[in-house]
Amino acid sequence: MRQHAFEAAHVDTWRRLEALLAALEDRRAPGPGVPVQRLPRLLRAVSGHYAIARARGYSPGLVARLHALVRRGYRQLHRPRPRWPQLLLHFAVAGFPQALRRHHRLFWLACALFFGPMLAMGAACYADATLIHSLLDSTQVAEYESMYDPTNDKLGRTPSRQADDDVMMFGFYVWNNVGIALRTFAWGLLAGAGSGFVLMMNGLAIGAVAGHLTQLGFAAPFWSFVSGHSSLELTGIAVAGTAGLLLGSALLAPGRRSRPAALRARAAEAVPLVLGAMALLVLAALVEAFWSASAGVPPTLKYGVGAGGWVLVAAYFGFAGRGAADSARAGPAGAVPWT
Amino acid sequence: MQEPQPQPADQPAAGAIDTLRRFETPEGVEIALRLAGPVPRALAFAIDFAIRAGLYLLLLPLAGLAGVGVGLLLLALFLLEWLYPVLFELRSGATPGKRAMGLLVVHADGTPVGPSASLLRNLLRAADFLPVLYGLGLAAMLADRDFRRLGDLAAGTLVIHRDAPPLPAALPVHPPLPPPAPLDLATQQAVLAFAERSRTLSPARQAELAALAGLTTAPGADPVAALLGIANWISRGNTADAAAPLPAHADVEDPAQAP
Repeated sequence: MRQHAFEAAHVDTWRRLEALLAALEDRRAPGPGVPVQRLPRLLRAVSGHYAIARARGYSPGLVARLHALVRRGYRQLHRPRPRWPQLLLHFAVAGFPQALRRHHRLFWLACALFFGPMLAMGAACYADATLIHSLLDSTQVAEYESMYDPTNDKLGRTPSRQADDDVMMFGFYVWNNVGIALRTFAWGLLAGAGSGFVLMMNGLAIGAVAGHLTQLGFAAPFWSFVSGHSSLELTGIAVAGTAGLLLGSALLAPGRRSRPAALRARAAEAVPLVLGAMALLVLAALVEAFWSASAGVPPTLKYGVGAGGWVLVAAYFGFAGRGAADSARAGPAGAVPWT
Repeated sequence: MQEPQPQPADQPAAGAIDTLRRFETPEGVEIALRLAGPVPRALAFAIDFAIRAGLYLLLLPLAGLAGVGVGLLLLALFLLEWLYPVLFELRSGATPGKRAMGLLVVHADGTPVGPSASLLRNLLRAADFLPVLYGLGLAAMLADRDFRRLGDLAAGTLVIHRDAPPLPAALPVHPPLPPPAPLDLATQQAVLAFAERSRTLSPARQAELAALAGLTTAPGADPVAALLGIANWISRGNTADAAAPLPAHADVEDPAQAP
């Protein structure tokens, strides 16, 4: 068949696909008049024409035109259309805890890297009042001391920030803490060393401040401030570290895959962990800004809320989504419910 | 029907050094993506950076609103710093900077980027950025044959040029002329390509190329006209309606005419 006859026979199909693609590529949702259901069939037909045009050596211009149509159609046919409400709900009630339980070994490793130095440094700084200066410089130490001075109206803030709004502190906690968590995750790409380093340094700093302030006699303001959000915040950092170590493990111990393949698979599995860590830290920032700082609440109530938080977090990760179908396992290998 | 022959023209030898990535779609045809290198991507980043800097400046008056304003400013800072590219990539496959440079983010199989991959490749910018100004990312891009930075390697994504090169014009209509001898497929395609490109060439260049082709039938005939005639003979045959122009090309070419 000559090219001219071929074009004359099929140009209507090409025009229909062209019009449909123009409608689908529009930003707005296609209207009821757009025959969306015809896309697969039209694309199959034009794909066939493209293959024939190439095989018969029709003109490069015609082949290029059909190639462009096939590319555009392929892009529209495979455009992801995630159903956000269902995805997020499933993620919150089952997907996130399931993901963490799948990687519980790395989670405990991250906890050891984070809480180990924290406890050791806390005990050491409690015993030795000067030890904190080996980690923080004296202006930082003075700032922490002023933040938890028992005479403050607002706990956890320096005297110059006493009047600051809770909303401002919320913004600061999100920007700072979630930023730290995301860096902890991303730097896991350096064979896990970056995540391990950030976990340990944060553990050391938190332990040092806690031990030092307790030893100074600021125990009540400090512990009543941190208890409320401690469960969410510390777990969030540990989960972000788990995600980072997961990236690093792909390079250190890729198993039966090549390193690039292992990296792709484990990075996809790390996504729910990172998202979950972000959610935990935003919740922690809410609690920290609007609840923890209030000095009017009796410390025993704050301790009670803090302990309740730990019980809830433990129950959530221990039990949520146990009975539900594990979508990541049920799907094809390496797939996560987010793709 | 022309003789079926193995496809010679646009299938380079395996391992060819070019920036086209080919793969087969589920429909069984092969499509090609043009990868984007470090320079257009760096320019796209610069444009995005300028847009973000402009947004920071716009939001700066919020700081005047004391506590609440500063809190919102910090929240906006966080979102712009980490999630600005994700938002745009999920909407249209490209940030405004990439769109301006004609770039597009896709999965390794050419499908539009999804939430998981987009989040990964953008959060991992923090690693690509090390030690300064995307040092690691640039090193990874230069070492990888698909120009992927670390975030792309982990997320399994590619950055490609959105548009194929501009399509050549339709074959100019000309009285068909049989070739002096049967032409093989590669020569036929060369003749067709010449005819499609002829309108973009100067008359002198057309004459030079046509003389080089050496397909002139009669002595003294215009070689350009002869070549265009052969092109029409190949694509339309020597039939009565051969001279009738086909309206199809104009429609397929011009997206403005699509309803």
